[in-house]
Amino acid sequence: MSTDPKKWVAGHVASLPKSGIRDFFDLVAKMKGQDVISLGVGEPDFVTPWHVREAAIYALEHGKTYYTANLGLIELRRAISKYVEEHFSVAYRPEDQVLVTVGVSEAVDLAFRAFCNPGDKVMYHQPCYVSYHPSVQLVHATGIAVPTFAKDNFALTAEALRAAWQPGAKILMLNLPCNPTGGTCTREQLEKIAEFCREKDLLVLSDEIYSELTFDGVHTSIASLPGMAGRTIFLHGFSKAFAMTGWRIGYACGPAVLIDAMMKVHQYSMMCASIISQEAALEALTRGWDNVCRMREQYHRRRDLVVRRFNEIGLTCHSPRGSFYAFPDVTGTGLDEKQFAVELLAAEKVAVVPGQAFGANGAGHVRACFATSYEQLIEACNRIERFVAGKRPA
Amino acid sequence: MNPVLQLLLEGGSLTTAQMAQVAGISTAEVEQHLEQLKKDKIFLGWRPVLDLSREAAAAASVRAVIEVKVTPERGGGFNRFAERIAKFDEVESCYLMSGAYDLLVFVRGGSLQKVAAFVSEKLSTVEGVLSTATHFMLRCYKEQGFLLDDDADNSARLTVSP
Repeated sequence: MSTDPKKWVAGHVASLPKSGIRDFFDLVAKMKGQDVISLGVGEPDFVTPWHVREAAIYALEHGKTYYTANLGLIELRRAISKYVEEHFSVAYRPEDQVLVTVGVSEAVDLAFRAFCNPGDKVMYHQPCYVSYHPSVQLVHATGIAVPTFAKDNFALTAEALRAAWQPGAKILMLNLPCNPTGGTCTREQLEKIAEFCREKDLLVLSDEIYSELTFDGVHTSIASLPGMAGRTIFLHGFSKAFAMTGWRIGYACGPAVLIDAMMKVHQYSMMCASIISQEAALEALTRGWDNVCRMREQYHRRRDLVVRRFNEIGLTCHSPRGSFYAFPDVTGTGLDEKQFAVELLAAEKVAVVPGQAFGANGAGHVRACFATSYEQLIEACNRIERFVAGKRPA
Repeated sequence: MNPVLQLLLEGGSLTTAQMAQVAGISTAEVEQHLEQLKKDKIFLGWRPVLDLSREAAAAASVRAVIEVKVTPERGGGFNRFAERIAKFDEVESCYLMSGAYDLLVFVRGGSLQKVAAFVSEKLSTVEGVLSTATHFMLRCYKEQGFLLDDDADNSARLTVSP
């Protein structure tokens, strides 16, 4: 008897839309072997610093190949606790307020699974990282997209939150600095958001993976604001600042009862993060800060270069205060973001990601990652300039 | 800090036109900064970093590190010796050191004999030199920040990722 295996896929999974990133990835993959400059990546171009890789090799050589505690190695949790207190001004107990996860992605998923009942409402700012909304859908909750705008440098405002708020909203998901916009909030803006969260009794999930890559001003964690630590899960990891994307290692910090709920899901689904990655993360936290600063300085110069060139070329581009993404407006070319990305790739072999991959509010923009060498960035900008010049009405 | 010096310190190999782009200034301004750095004797000049073991014609060249003990002079200390030794064409670099010897001298020559002759005939005969210890380099693994057998492989990196 022939049967269609599709029928076994759960309805809510079948209805998840395909990632816009995936579509574009397939398109770029077809051009393999050609001289494509990709500004489409979401990771540092730096290889993980050698002292971190060497520590992982050392751990392997010494037989560290076993499970760790569900929460993660206590030495790593102590290092995380110290790091977070020093850099973010929030204190978490390593014994019961820190959970080591398989990247921040797992931590985000755990949080939604631990805190959402079916039908609960989750607010998140948009454009945003591609997985937030699907993660909300996977726990049968409802997402409420709160728009951010180029005129505000894509900072989230309390006004936009208030306008989008609906009765029954339970969680606010933050990602500041933001992938894909590089937008972030000043302390004053965050204070207003915090006030709104207290007023509406929201739990905050704060993904601060790009926080070390803040170029203008000082990064403030919402968890450090008065009255917020008790209603915030601080989410962070090693992928971006420490150039450790492939290690898949991150962490969540928060009130013990909430971390315990996340740990329950984690222990039944993941058991623990890889011990090798935990050992590498410990080394990164203990001796890696100089490298973080060195890489940040280079990203800063690359940002200034790309933003200046984009604006000169005629692609209006705000200066992202953090992250390694520029998010220029391409509508001046007469093309929408998808046409722009597809035609640019075909004509000049430069890959950027259409903004709608990050939600409807990304329309009219493309994401260009500047985590690549100066030479490549200059060449990419030259090609984009040629492409845009050809699009302008005579 | 001088923006051009900052880029030089990063250790890349940008052209002046590329430096101008990165620093957001004109090429002429980059040249001016370079001139100023030269005047200030901060920027001494360009040199390529080469792995000569891969070039048959040059592969015979020999490098050695020489530890030199000297008697410091009243009034001049070690400086007069060091400056005198540094002036030999064979000397690539010369440093005053703390510890068991005084000067560390990096030397390059066309053959083992030539380097040996330099040590015995030139270096050790400089007045005030007490002793020398010559170490010939057998193989290089990293040269001025460049790994000679860099096996880093980026080919599996995704070209588009979230």
